[in-house]
Parts: sequence; C-alpha cells; structure tokens
Amino acid sequence: MGDRYIELYQVNKSYQTRHGARRVLENVSFRLERGAHLGILGRNGAGKSTLIRLLSGAEYPSSGRIDRHMSVSWPLAFAGAFQTHLTGLDNLKFVCRVYGVDWKPLLPFVEEFTELGIYLREPVVNYSVGMSMRLAFALSMAIEFDCFLIDEGMAVGDSRFGDRCHVELFQKRRERSFILVSHDPHIIRMYCDRVAVLHRGRLFEFETIDAAYDFYESQQVPPPAVVFD
Amino acid sequence: MTSLSASFVIQRRVIWALLMREIITRYGRHNIGVLWLVAEPMVFTVGVATLWTAAGFGHGSAMPVAAFAITGYSSVLLWRNAVSKCNAAIQHNFNLLYHRNVRVMDVFATRIILEIGGTTASFVLLSALMIGTGFIPVPVDLLTAIFGWLLLAWFGAALATMVGAAASFSEIVDRIWHPVSYFMFPLSGAAFMVDWFAPPVRDVLLWLPMVHGVEMVRDGFYGHLMRTHYDPAFLAGTNLLLSMAGLLLLRAAGRRVKANP
Repeated sequence: MGDRYIELYQVNKSYQTRHGARRVLENVSFRLERGAHLGILGRNGAGKSTLIRLLSGAEYPSSGRIDRHMSVSWPLAFAGAFQTHLTGLDNLKFVCRVYGVDWKPLLPFVEEFTELGIYLREPVVNYSVGMSMRLAFALSMAIEFDCFLIDEGMAVGDSRFGDRCHVELFQKRRERSFILVSHDPHIIRMYCDRVAVLHRGRLFEFETIDAAYDFYESQQVPPPAVVFD
Repeated sequence: MTSLSASFVIQRRVIWALLMREIITRYGRHNIGVLWLVAEPMVFTVGVATLWTAAGFGHGSAMPVAAFAITGYSSVLLWRNAVSKCNAAIQHNFNLLYHRNVRVMDVFATRIILEIGGTTASFVLLSALMIGTGFIPVPVDLLTAIFGWLLLAWFGAALATMVGAAASFSEIVDRIWHPVSYFMFPLSGAAFMVDWFAPPVRDVLLWLPMVHGVEMVRDGFYGHLMRTHYDPAFLAGTNLLLSMAGLLLLRAAGRRVKANP
C-alpha cells in the first residue's frame, strides 16, 4: 500500500505562442499517496486543465518528471475520451480492451447506472448531453483505478445524477485517491483532505482548507490574457 | 517500471482495441462494413487495370497488361495510403492519449496495419481471382514476389511513420506531401519497367526505393518473360534508415503533442 503514489518533481510546462514560449506550469511538485484526496483550487487560466493533461499522461512536461506508481484514470466523465460514431456499448468495449478488462461482467452496472435502455446500442451522437454524461461517468467507474482525476464539471447534471456520482465515487471508492481541480471551494471543502491553490502556474499547498481558501480569495489578480482551458 | 514483456502485452492489447475502434468508426456496420477496407483498393485497382488494358498501356512489356497494372497500382497504394492516413493521425486521436496506455506509436501502428493489411488483401485477392480464372498465368516465383511485396510494405510503414510524425511538427509537411505523392506516382515504377529505359536514365530511376520493390514483385510474377532491375539490399537499407528516422521523429512528436484548441 505504502509504495503506491504519484509524484511530480519540478514540473514545468510551456506552450509556444506567437509571442514566444509561455510558461503555464512552473516548478509544480507534489506527492500523493493512495487514499489521499487532493483538491486543487484555481481560477480560469491558472493551469488546471494543463495539470490534468500532464497527470493523465496525455501531454508530457517540458521539464521535470512525473513518477506514477499507481494507476491514474483519464479525466473523470470526460466525454472527449469516447468516440461519438460508436455506440455506448462499443465505447465500453473499447475502454475495457485498452485496460485489459472483460466487459461482460460490467454490462449490468453500466446498463443500470446510465439508464440508457436501447440507446446503449445506438451511436453516441444521438445522445442528449445528460445521456453522454451518464455514459462517460459509468465508463470511468467501470475501470478500477488507484487514482481518479476529476476536472470540475462534475457539478453539472441534475441532482439525482449528482447524488449517484457522489455515492459511486466518494463513498464506494473512498479508499482510492483522487485529484479534484475546481474553481469552486465548496466542492473541495466537501470531498478533499488536502488542498492546494494553483495560481498563475504555481502550486501552493496549505495546511488547512481555510488557509487555502483565504489565499484563493485574496488573489484578485485577473486571469492572464491567454487562456489554455 | 513495466517490463519489456509486460509492455508488449499492453501494446498488443491497445493496438487491438484501436483496430476494432477504427474499423467500426470508419466503416460502420452498414452493408459490407469492414470489407470496404479490401474492396476500396480493389475497385481502384480494377479501374486502373481496365483503363490501362483498354489503352494498350504497358505493351512495351512482355507482361500481361492486367498483371502489369495490378502489380503496379497495388504497390503505389501500399506506400501512399498509409502515409496519407498517418498525417492527421495525432491530431484526430489526441483524446485517446488521455488513456495512459495509448501512445502515439499505437495510433500510428493501427493506421499502418489497417492500410497495409487492406491493400495486401486486395492485391492477393485480385491476383488469385485472375489466376484462378486463367486471365493471367500463374506467377513463376512466388517467394520473390512475396519478398518484394513485404519490402514495399515495410517501405510504406517507415515512410508513413516518418512523414506522419513530421506532419505533427508543421502542417507544411502535409501540404507538400500531396503534390510529392502525386509526382511520385509516375516515377514509382508502377507504370513502367526499368528495362524500357537506356542505362543512364535507368540508373537515375533506381535511386527511387519503391522502383526496386515493384520490379521485384514483377520479377516474381513473370520474371522469365522480361528483364527486371532491382537490389533488395538497397530497398531494405533505405527502409532501415527511414524506420530509424521515423521512430526518432515519432518519439519527439509524442513528447510535444498537445491538445487541440
């Protein structure tokens, strides 16, 4: 158990712009053990989505290192991770093949959770926003990860869906890790036991959620001109 | 760290998943579905073979025109289609990279396997059909033909990796690729035999790697009827260099890949 963690060392990330390289993340370091719940507060353009992309492995740091000693999910309920010309069931099969899991035992859970009925066998392009969200969340829950990445957005959807996500993730999978990035302090206060603030590409960690919240509130700096969210 | 054998298992699994996904996405489940992968190059090749036969093209060769067209046009498809499919591969599949196990190399491998597999199946099927119906004679040296085909397939895969990876650095690559592939078609050996030309021209033509592959395939088919000029070592050497350059570029491309705006 103790040797399962993800660690970032001095991670920097820059992107080329027309005005030269622009650094979006600056010397970000932290270590997260399995079972820890980290909330990262940040305003628009603070680098939250970039950090999520680096954590999931979709992009690489410009310098620095990320050591993964536990399995890390794709961004939770991220609808972009599936192919809309495929049916919901095809997407389940695809994700299962990628992670080496048998899809058949998972079908009852996905059917029950998504409440898609016959639409599970229809192309995702024909889904409503709510239906896609339920599918995306169910697929994220179908594969068992040590650490889940959550990029805000989860608060959308009706309250019934929200409650069920809450049960699946924060109650049934409480012993896993998660990294939740959001600009909403209340969500982080509710679910996280560690909190950090991402401000202009730098990560500040705080002992208490209140201290982090105070710092976050006091930073009245407007977001930078170029937004990478 | 994941061991080499464990990585191999993961990679095989991921490529399989991507293959299934790509097939269903591209061809769907309507009418003949995945068979289009083979049918599409077949339709192209049959069309070209018919045109060339009608025009009496390739009569400078002792080879039956139909066989001349099939060996020629199929080999162009072999190195051209994979490249075209790889040029936009990273851009189209960025979201897949959120899955930790899916890397740009898997995305490339999938597209290359599909294109080369489809063209190969089309070529084998067409040849078998025409030989079976007695339209063209049985090839005299199947092993040489197969070896030539495999070298060409390797050339296609290596070129696709290199051009596709380079295309992710600059969109100019994709823009230039279209005219280049267009001009390469008449030079590729598809529509001529090297022996038709006098030695100075011949030597120039033999600088093009794919010419060696086509000549070799044709030697395997009806080498007893005409003279062919090729050097498998030259093609293999080029392939090796292209492969190394391609893999290096692909590694660099994978490290700088970024989300679509």
